[in-house]
Amino acid sequence: MDIVVCVKHVPQVSEAEVRVTSDGRDIDRSGLVFDINEWDDYALEEALRIREERGGTVTVITVGGEESDETLRKCLAKGADNAVRITDPRINLWNPMVVARVLAAAISKLQYDLILAGAQSSDDGYGAVGPALAGFLGIPHATIVKKVELRDGSVLVQRELEGGLEERLKIKLPALLSIQTGINEPRYVSIMGVRRAMRRPIKTMSLDELGLSPSEIEDESSWIMVKELYAPPVERRAEIIEGNPEEIASKIVEILKSRGIL
Amino acid sequence: MSEIAVLVEHRLGEIRDITFEMLAKANQLAEKSGYRTTAIMIGKGVEDLAGKLKGYCDRLLLVEDESMKFFVSDAYQKVLEDIVRERRPRLLLIGHTSYGLELAPSLAASLNIPLITGCTDITLDEGVEVVRPVYGGKLLARVEVNYPGTVILTLSQGVVKPFNPGKETEIIRKSVDVGEPGSKVFLEYVMPEESEVDISSADVIVAVGRGIQDKSNIPQAEELAKALGGVLACSRPIVDKGWLPQDRQVGSSGKTVKPKLYLALGISGAFQHIQGMKDSQLIIAVNKDPNAPIFNVAHYGVVEDLFRIVPVLIEKVREARGGG
Repeated sequence: MDIVVCVKHVPQVSEAEVRVTSDGRDIDRSGLVFDINEWDDYALEEALRIREERGGTVTVITVGGEESDETLRKCLAKGADNAVRITDPRINLWNPMVVARVLAAAISKLQYDLILAGAQSSDDGYGAVGPALAGFLGIPHATIVKKVELRDGSVLVQRELEGGLEERLKIKLPALLSIQTGINEPRYVSIMGVRRAMRRPIKTMSLDELGLSPSEIEDESSWIMVKELYAPPVERRAEIIEGNPEEIASKIVEILKSRGIL
Repeated sequence: MSEIAVLVEHRLGEIRDITFEMLAKANQLAEKSGYRTTAIMIGKGVEDLAGKLKGYCDRLLLVEDESMKFFVSDAYQKVLEDIVRERRPRLLLIGHTSYGLELAPSLAASLNIPLITGCTDITLDEGVEVVRPVYGGKLLARVEVNYPGTVILTLSQGVVKPFNPGKETEIIRKSVDVGEPGSKVFLEYVMPEESEVDISSADVIVAVGRGIQDKSNIPQAEELAKALGGVLACSRPIVDKGWLPQDRQVGSSGKTVKPKLYLALGISGAFQHIQGMKDSQLIIAVNKDPNAPIFNVAHYGVVEDLFRIVPVLIEKVREARGGG
């Protein structure tokens, strides 16, 4: 089974301060740590497990600049066989349809039975590139997948709905699945893996090599323009309880007493 | 190009709240711009259900077929492709839900039109502009869509208050040419397991997030929950790691809770989590990151390492309770 996994190199922001650049259109990248998008890590793990069980290859692919190689190397170190990066400054990464179109052009040149993507990326949070890619390739898909069972020529998936409800679908292969966190436990990178990854090439592809018209991609890119990034307006800013732990705990207890909770 | 279309989301015989939220947004936009609102309802045996949408839109397109008894995105996509090509709505609103995310991106790809997901606000005049959370809710992005044709937007849940403008709703039945059964088949729903503890009915919830760091620290939080006479809940990453069962998860993919006290320990406050707890009567958050979005919904905040607070708090709570 040949599997393609779409990955993205993203800043880790869950515990970092995210500042906006002076033009208000981007984030200040200095001081931020970048890594593989969390959802994609689960997608890669799922792919590696399927390959370990059934054989085949795992190819990771990304759209982005040279800095994305760090994430591709990590994927290779975890056991991916091949890595591909599509790079062109005209690709607007904020337009999920353009990213999906470019990925579709590249993946249609590869051999694949299954494509896995993260259910969303932690930076833009669109959750759209995977299923849009399936749309461009004309293959069936399922999103927010929490369980994958391969059958001959098809795949049974369990996908998340809301409030703990899930549904089971049967999908013909080749198919694209967007993977939800928690589906498995992603492996760590081994020293041996890192060594192996250093020897493996990363293939880069341009729009020309993909047979895409740069002017069309530019035009489509311009559909979506981020005008401004800003901190969410604060509806209610928490009153900060200060002091040492002892004092803080006493104040919390007082608040709870005054509310009749204690 | 004179209408705003809304895809009705329904499941298990109920119209989902997001539908009324989208219709409210569509009607607001329509009133300013002179557009009309069209709801699109796809299913089988849903005519009675469709009656509940009366007043909420100018038109209701009702598309029924046996193949659409359950939501399967391929079948919906075919119907919507035809409707968009024929009616050319300025906007097509779809819920930012599991169904919506299954459908909207591949629909946009097949129609070759723009899509923006997860919108929390939408403005429509000459152009289309939306606001949406990015970077885990730490920032908002104001995004302009420069496209003269139909634009697909998915609207976040719980950001618009539904209202019934009391419109004269014209119901139009539309027949569809259903092709071969698709390459995707619905098999069954998988209901959540019966919960040992129902967090949605608890008065006091202590909830843990990534900041709890390790499974071995969970009992400490549980002890605090017990001392307070409450239950332990968590944010998504804790369930993903298998440290707590899914029935303890608060947020849009877990449970919605409104306890008297919600004590959040090491929870940053991703948008999906906040959706599930923002209406709690009293929210106290402990997080060492002063910029954590949780402090924008909490009533009280403690910017401190939770492990320095929890043991002392357990003691003080016990004292207070013991002292009666």
